[in-house]
Amino acid sequence: MFELLGVGIANNLAPSMLLLVLVGTVAGMAIGAMPGLSATMGLALLVPFTFVMDPTAALVLLGAFYMGAIYGGSFTAILVNAPGTPSSVATALEGFPMTKKGKSELAVVGATMGSFFGGIIGVIALIFLAPPLAEFSLRFGPQEYFWVAVFGLTIIISMSAGSSLKGLIGGALGLMLALIGIAPVGGDVRFTFGEPMLQGGIPLVPAMVGLFTIPEVIRLIARKGRSAEMLDVDEDRQGLGAMLRRVLSKPGNLIRSSIIGTVVGIMPGAGGSVANLVAYSEAKRVSPHPETYGKGEVDGVVAAESANNGTVGGGMIPTLTLGVPGTPPDAIIIGVLLLHGLRPGAELFTSSGDLVYTFIIALAVSAVMMVPVGLIGGRALQRGVVAMPTRYLAPFIMVLTIVGSYAVRNSLVDVVIMLVLGVLAYFLSLAGISAAPIVLGLILGTIAETGFVQGLLTAKGEAIPWLTFFTRPLSIVLIVLTLASVLLPMLSARRKRQRADGGAEPTSASDAHLSDSTTKE
Amino acid sequence: MKRIAKATMATLATGALLVGCGSSAGGGEEAAANYPERPIDYVIAFDAGGESDITARLQQAPLQEALGVDISITNKPGGGGALGWSELTRTAPDGYTIMGHNLPHIIVQPMMRDDAGYETEQLKQVYIFQSTPNVLMVPADSPYKTLDDFIAAAKADPGAISVGGSGTYGANHIGVLQLNEAAGIDTTYTPFSGTGAATPALLGGHVDALMTYTPMINQLGDQVRVLGVATEEPMEQIPDIPTFTSQEVDLVGGAYRGVAVPPDTPDAIVGELAAAIEEVNQDPELVEKFNEQLFVLENMGPEEATEFTQERKEVLTELLGDLEEA
Repeated sequence: MFELLGVGIANNLAPSMLLLVLVGTVAGMAIGAMPGLSATMGLALLVPFTFVMDPTAALVLLGAFYMGAIYGGSFTAILVNAPGTPSSVATALEGFPMTKKGKSELAVVGATMGSFFGGIIGVIALIFLAPPLAEFSLRFGPQEYFWVAVFGLTIIISMSAGSSLKGLIGGALGLMLALIGIAPVGGDVRFTFGEPMLQGGIPLVPAMVGLFTIPEVIRLIARKGRSAEMLDVDEDRQGLGAMLRRVLSKPGNLIRSSIIGTVVGIMPGAGGSVANLVAYSEAKRVSPHPETYGKGEVDGVVAAESANNGTVGGGMIPTLTLGVPGTPPDAIIIGVLLLHGLRPGAELFTSSGDLVYTFIIALAVSAVMMVPVGLIGGRALQRGVVAMPTRYLAPFIMVLTIVGSYAVRNSLVDVVIMLVLGVLAYFLSLAGISAAPIVLGLILGTIAETGFVQGLLTAKGEAIPWLTFFTRPLSIVLIVLTLASVLLPMLSARRKRQRADGGAEPTSASDAHLSDSTTKE
Repeated sequence: MKRIAKATMATLATGALLVGCGSSAGGGEEAAANYPERPIDYVIAFDAGGESDITARLQQAPLQEALGVDISITNKPGGGGALGWSELTRTAPDGYTIMGHNLPHIIVQPMMRDDAGYETEQLKQVYIFQSTPNVLMVPADSPYKTLDDFIAAAKADPGAISVGGSGTYGANHIGVLQLNEAAGIDTTYTPFSGTGAATPALLGGHVDALMTYTPMINQLGDQVRVLGVATEEPMEQIPDIPTFTSQEVDLVGGAYRGVAVPPDTPDAIVGELAAAIEEVNQDPELVEKFNEQLFVLENMGPEEATEFTQERKEVLTELLGDLEEA
């Protein structure tokens, strides 16, 4: 293996290969930054180009593009609260409040370094642990996916400490939205009100763009001083060295979040959309000052971005060793492998070892290249957006949201869904219900329902099918995690209350976020 | 010669148009005669990366060559394809939007849903160019060495054996229903969101078997054992894998992929498109790639494809009707 690893490294040092990786990374970043253009779609667009390339170059280009696209989603999440991909939802939760406080440059640096670490740790896992981890991933059956989704839903509680009720209302709304359309199992048409276009359900990206971004645009427009710059605060300019030191001062967060991302990536089908939320929630849970989350905490950005880039290498583990896509973009990578007559599986590593290791090393090289590109290009972009006056910025963001939600399925209905949910989110935010729990409910509702029904069907041979949700070892681990995630914050809140005894009531993340934007006039 | 043929076709088409639907006739003759003169949008009603999408992207370059205009591929996923197909019925019938379609999906969706948004007959068939037969596979370490073992186990414990597949009332689901009927057994079908999502459930032992498509044989290699392929004759690329019929189970079928256009599209345009796709289906490079992926080339022109769809509809009406009564 080390010999092949050496071949892979040597291949990547060729100037033409470095150029290919650079082009792929930068192109991926650009596509990822556009809401609506996901990594999956960008990769599909590249597929015809790769027909004329030799298999190694094709895979290297696709891998670098994928790595860049997952990272690129962070820019619009941080700068205009429009997560480019579902992988950057948690990035927006902290990154955009940072922008409002004039700390967007620090957020971009945090996202860059997080993405770099996540990318590298995912690749290291891929190189050294692929076979055992692939075996592990197969233990996740429908029952486990059900519990993963339930565990994910408990994040709502940590996201909205202090006003759990409002968080739960948001989560319930999201779950209800997830019910619209054709049932994932069984095929019944539900809540479409006779409108065929709703058969496909509420699409995630338009919903996310609407729920997060439109309320911000409304606030931008509604503000006094229309010609003023977007920010009332001057951008807090720090030296690059100081920012890097701040971001790297929490290696625990970087490593933990990258590992979470890698592991979630290995589980087939979940990918970055779940990984970034889980890592974010964990970062907040172990933080000595969780009250800073939701108000612009760079550690939250770092956690989310480490995790989503961790899924790239992690997802490649079942993809290459089993032929099972770990994340949605991996399905395209499998397609390209097969088109070049390469069959995924253990024999791929032996029969085409130099190709596989060249590809894997290219993923790492791409992660390394994101650092200079992000620190130079990303910061330039950040300065441009921050300096843009409101009268240009608001229409610019509107165009971005409309084009982005249209692009997902080339459908005007999606634009309407985006706008309706956006206006709804604005009014809900006035009532203190923030967008994040709604998005969480929408993402996890489908996973939970699918796992639940599939679990019951596959266990039909058992005496009591639903018992399998409680008897499988991994399910038990997930149930324990879920209970801990619900009970620990409640216990610590009670302890705090007892200690403070009548002291200032802790303000909730969402309330603080809301008052931030409404009082600064 | 070609021009004369075109002109004749156009005249016929205009006639058909006048009889069929007058509203879209304005300039129809001229438009059909010059077709195609601008880029064509080839829409796939599924996500990027699936079998239908990969097929279309393989066809893109030779199709551009055959038609002499640019072809752009867009994805319009949702509702298991229904979103795209229902929109196709409302699209201008000018030949500049064509859409991939799948059997049995376009037959079963309007049958099983109150508001699928389209009727099977509304999708005007251009060509059916490819199919992926169903295969039944079990993990390599499964106790079921042969189809007979599988059937015997299913008979011993009705309902207990779970078979995964892609989607509800898609080709895999229909395949399991047909298998149950043909072999006189009762297995439980569990749908997954795609072939990709179904495979870890098989390899991880969460389902006992998988009804899936031939390309998965290559993708999964010796991790699985294939108990049968739903073709009439053994496939050339995989001669060692027995058909169901050779094991006395009457099961033939899978997913068929083709291209459809909006209702009322002039026949001349349909003819042009069909000729182009027929040409693409003979492109040596494409044929080789199709073979490598264990796709089966099909060559059904507009009339044949329409007839085939009608035939399949009758078979499926019977199968699903029996099921509803039961």
